[in-house]
Order: sequence, then structure tokens, then C-alpha cells
Amino acid sequence: MSDIIRRDPRAEWIMRNRLHPLHEQYASQEEGGEVRGPSGLIRKFPHKVGFIGPNGIKRIDRLKGNATAPKGKRSAAAQEVQLPLHKVDSPDYYIMVVADMVGGRLTGHDKDILGLAHKLIAEQGGNGAVVAVCFGEVKEEHFDTAGVDRVLHIEGEAFEGYAPEARVQALAKVEAQYTVKHWLFPDSIHGGCDLASRLAARLGERPATQAWQVNAEQTVSRGASASLDITRQTPKILMLLEECADAIDETRHEATPMSLDDVSVAAATIKDKGLMAVDPNAIPMAEAEFILSAGNGIHNWDQFHEAAQVLGATEGASRVAVDDGFMPRSRQVGATGTWVTARVYVAVGISGAIQHMQGIGQVDKVVAINTDAGCDMVKRAALSVIGDSEEILAELMKLVAEHKQTSLSDQAEENSNAA
Amino acid sequence: MPHKVISLISVGRHPQSGRSRRADQDSRAVELGLKLAGTGLDVVHAGNSEEPVLRQYAGMGLPKVTVLEQAESADALPALSNYLKAEKADIVLTGVRSESGESSGMTPYLLAEQLGWPIVARVADIVEIKDGEAQVLLALPRGQRRQVTVKLPFIASIDNAAQAARQSAYGPGLRAKMAAQTGSTEEDNVRVNWSEAPAKARPKRLKVVKAKTAADRFKAATAKPQGGSGKVMKNESAQEKAQAIFDLLIEEKVIR
Repeated sequence: MSDIIRRDPRAEWIMRNRLHPLHEQYASQEEGGEVRGPSGLIRKFPHKVGFIGPNGIKRIDRLKGNATAPKGKRSAAAQEVQLPLHKVDSPDYYIMVVADMVGGRLTGHDKDILGLAHKLIAEQGGNGAVVAVCFGEVKEEHFDTAGVDRVLHIEGEAFEGYAPEARVQALAKVEAQYTVKHWLFPDSIHGGCDLASRLAARLGERPATQAWQVNAEQTVSRGASASLDITRQTPKILMLLEECADAIDETRHEATPMSLDDVSVAAATIKDKGLMAVDPNAIPMAEAEFILSAGNGIHNWDQFHEAAQVLGATEGASRVAVDDGFMPRSRQVGATGTWVTARVYVAVGISGAIQHMQGIGQVDKVVAINTDAGCDMVKRAALSVIGDSEEILAELMKLVAEHKQTSLSDQAEENSNAA
Repeated sequence: MPHKVISLISVGRHPQSGRSRRADQDSRAVELGLKLAGTGLDVVHAGNSEEPVLRQYAGMGLPKVTVLEQAESADALPALSNYLKAEKADIVLTGVRSESGESSGMTPYLLAEQLGWPIVARVADIVEIKDGEAQVLLALPRGQRRQVTVKLPFIASIDNAAQAARQSAYGPGLRAKMAAQTGSTEEDNVRVNWSEAPAKARPKRLKVVKAKTAADRFKAATAKPQGGSGKVMKNESAQEKAQAIFDLLIEEKVIR
């Protein structure tokens, strides 16, 4: 908080306006309160009237403060607000939210479901706690503001990577150890739906899938390829669609760690052999993760294609590049082409027409390589590099080739050590 | 010895017209089954053998379709699990979710639980079967693929990323045999209590501004979504610029 004394225009305005409902309060603040005599008349204490001016002379303000700025400070910037802490001591029951944790962080979908869990507790009453169950690597730092009362992080080598069988065994043990009222899963392709179905089959519960309107008694879920609304009693296991409830944003939660006693699991019958190398250009552009996009600023097209191959990026193009015949129409990004959802989008020589910017609206990180520092793409980008694209792409390819070499030799070393 | 492959099929629903059709994922399961077992593929449906949609599946080149005859309200699970046990199936292929009924996608999981078999979900392809183990490609979000191996027998649910089904031929479809067997008569008792209605459009989430003061509301209404606080590199050498981009790509894990 700064110590600068600032004018409070609102207070001044109230002081000037004698009809304002708060005028009395402000005026009395200024003068030290009014005193009424025994007959009810307002008495003025003559020694308290006025104030000492800057050169030591007593001044009486007959304008009732209308001419001067009233005292009192107002902070310049809004302070960081500490949200109220929601505490749950020795809960009677738990609502388990098995989060997707894509990339180790809570997704928007997960947060909506945490919000729904709190809504269910509020409706059902009782002392319930919301538990976030997560597997594998966790990078999330804001469990407390997402509405997580307890965190159950199940760690172990058996749960890393693709391990639905081990995970469902652990969840069945959680069910045995704690009193669980509901299991909430995101109905997502990130594994939430798969895990929920496995758990439901294991526990013999009938789940509600694609649920989108849930309260303590009733659940509305989609059926028959989303053409039917099925209303039923709220079951124990729920798979929820996105935006099923609002995320928590007004409270802070404890996020105390919980533990599972027994985390031993039987040997898996499904063995994970890791991710496959996929041809980046075979991935539909709308869902590609990493796009290298070319525009009017590209002159060396062979180099651009080579760069895309070396980086392992899906190729994209602006309208100009497509109209000029350098790229096929199916590669066009923007209003008339594809609306992309990439995490990283490298725009080479694209100045950023508004139609193109619409197409990349959902992109997380944009990197611009351009000769014009004032173009719209540079304003949008998280990292902009001003210069000749040919030179920069050549350097970038060199770096990536070096990186691949070292990681390959590292692997070879590891293999030889293991042998 | 060739492996016994069974594809389970259901009646689909056209997303626009609502007419019954061969279900997308189920027909992909039949396609994958044809790739693995050729005409030795056994295609099974639990329901009505008079259903004209079954002819559309048969038109993919199937000599016969096995139908476990049962009423629409009956539970398909006991009949299917009995059939799979009796036939000693090695690989059972299904869709991820049916296009009619509850479409919970639980059938393959419940079958797997009853039979004690492993289930692999969202399969894009089965690459090869060797020494009692199958190499399976799973479809992940963003077009990625994961390779797993799984011991036979197993159940696989087929994702939309699998190879599209071949065209259905009308004549061969009509000529195919419908081998009807008796299915289960067990009613689905839970479902009786549900009420079903045509799907309502989901309300769009509104952007609610929970600002306490006028200044905050003003800021929320006028602020640009993008801060424009990106890093701009102008005068560095090309190498430094490339290094900065490279670091960002590594940090975002798009280069492995």
C-alpha cells in the first residue's frame, strides 16, 4: 500500500451535498461529531471549531469542507484479497473427484467438477469434504483456490503412464478405506471416462454418464448420442460433461494431504509400450498440438517444409500462402480455413489479418517470426522475433538437430549402462 | 490357428435425421474384425433379428449375423456374456458408446468384469497378434497414439480414429443369413424409473463479472483479453533469437 495522500472525490461530493444520506456522517467525521445540549439544541464548542493552518494560524472553514479536500487515504491499487478459508474438520463423508490432471495440472473441466462437488455437499448437508484424487506427476499449485479440501495423491511406479488397471485397483481400495458418498469423474477422452467405467464395473454400481445437470436427488444425463435427456436418481458414480457447474472462486480450501494405506497392485495385463511417433501432418489441423505456420514472408519454401519436419510440427498457412499456391487449401488457418486449438503456434512471416487471428483464438502460446515489429501478430504473440525468417529457421533447425543428437546419445549411454 | 474374433453391433442413429443406421463405431469394429479374421469374423447383435439395420452391417461382406433374440427392454449383458463364454472368443470388438438407448458405454466394461478379461478402451488399430499377445494402438487426444500389448482373450472398444467402415452392399446384405438364438429375458429394472425426454439445448455459460466496485466492473468490461505483454526480440543475433524460440518449445514440451 502506498503512502501517497489522495483525494477521495466521492467523499468530497458527499460533503458538498447536504441532502446526501451520508452527509451527516462525513461532516461529523470532519468536525469531531455534533453535541446536543440539554434542550436538544446543537451546541458548538468554540475551541474546537476550525483547524490550525499550515503557518500556525487558526482557520475556520465556513464552507463546511466544500472548498478543501477532506483527509483520509485511499489506496492506489487494489490489494490482493485473501479469500475466506473453508475448513472441514473430521468429515463424515467424502466426495471423491478423480481429476484428469492433463499435464499435471487441473483442467477447467476438473475445476467445474470440484465446484459441483461443493454444490452437492451444500445440498445434502452434513460435514462433507471434497477430495481430489490424482495419479502420477502433479504440478498443480492452486489446489486451495480450486476448492480441494483434501488431496489424495496416489504415487508409485505402477500408476505412471498408461495404467488404468492399477489405478482402478487403487480407487477400489480408496472406496474400502473411506466413506465415499459420490465418485465424480470428468467424462473426457483424457482417461476420466475409461477409469470411471472400470470403477463402476468393479464396484457393481450403475453410473450416470454424460451427466450435465446434477443435484442431490436428481441427475439429468445425455443418452442416445446426445439426443435424449435421461432424468434419474443421482447415482454414486457420475461422469460429468464440461460446464456441469461453476468452478469455486470465492473461497480458499485447506488441500490437506490424505493417504491410502495399501497401494500394492496386481501385475497389469495391459503393458504400456509408450507413445508412438505420429506423422504430424497426418494429425487433423484442428487438434494438432504444435503448428508451424507460413505466410507471405516466406520465400524459401523448401526450407520451411524441412523446418516443420525437423521440429515435428504440423504445417499451417495463412490465406496469402494458400492463394499463391504454395500450400494446399486444407492447410489454411483462419476464418475460412481451420480454427486451430494448438498449444504452441509458430507464425513465420504472418502479419496477422483479423481473420487469421480469429482462427488462432484458442491457441495458448504464439511465437511470431516477422520483419515488421508493429504487426498484429507481434502484439498477440508471447514471444516475437524480429528478423529474417530464413536465417532464424536455419539456426532453429541447427539447435533442434543438436538437441536430438544429444538426447539420442544420452539414451544410448543409458542403455549401455543398463547392459 | 486363426483367432476367434467377435464384433458386437448395435442399431445406430443418424445424428441429423435421427433415422436408424449402422452405428459408426460399431461398423468400424466390424471393419477391424474383417481385417483380423476375414470371413471367419462372428458378428453378434442382441435384439430383434427383423431389424433392417442388421442388413446394412451384413452388406459389408458378412455371410451371417448372429442375433440373440430378445425384447428391447431386456438386459443384453447376460446373453452376451454367455455367448462369448460358449464361443471361446479371443478378441471381442465393440464401439465406445452406442448411439441409441442409454449409451453409457458400460457394456464392454461389464462384460470384461464378468468374464475376467482385460479391456482396452479407444482402440485405433490392432497391429499384430503373436504368441497369445496382441499389439494394440490406442487413440489419444490430439491425434496421438499409444502402443500397448495385451494378453488374449481381451475386449477392445473401437474409437472413431480406427479405419472407416467399408461401404455396405445392398444385395449381399439381403442375402446374408440371420442366425437367431434365444437371448436373455432379464428385464432392466433400474431403467423403468427413469424419465426420458428429447435433449434440451444446454444453456451457454455466461461470463459473470463478480466485481464489487464500479471501477472493477469498468475494468472487466473494457479490458482487452490479451495483455500484449509478449517478449519482443529485435537487435539480438539470429542465433540468440533461435535459442529463445527453442527454449520456449522445450519448456512447452512440444520438442522431445
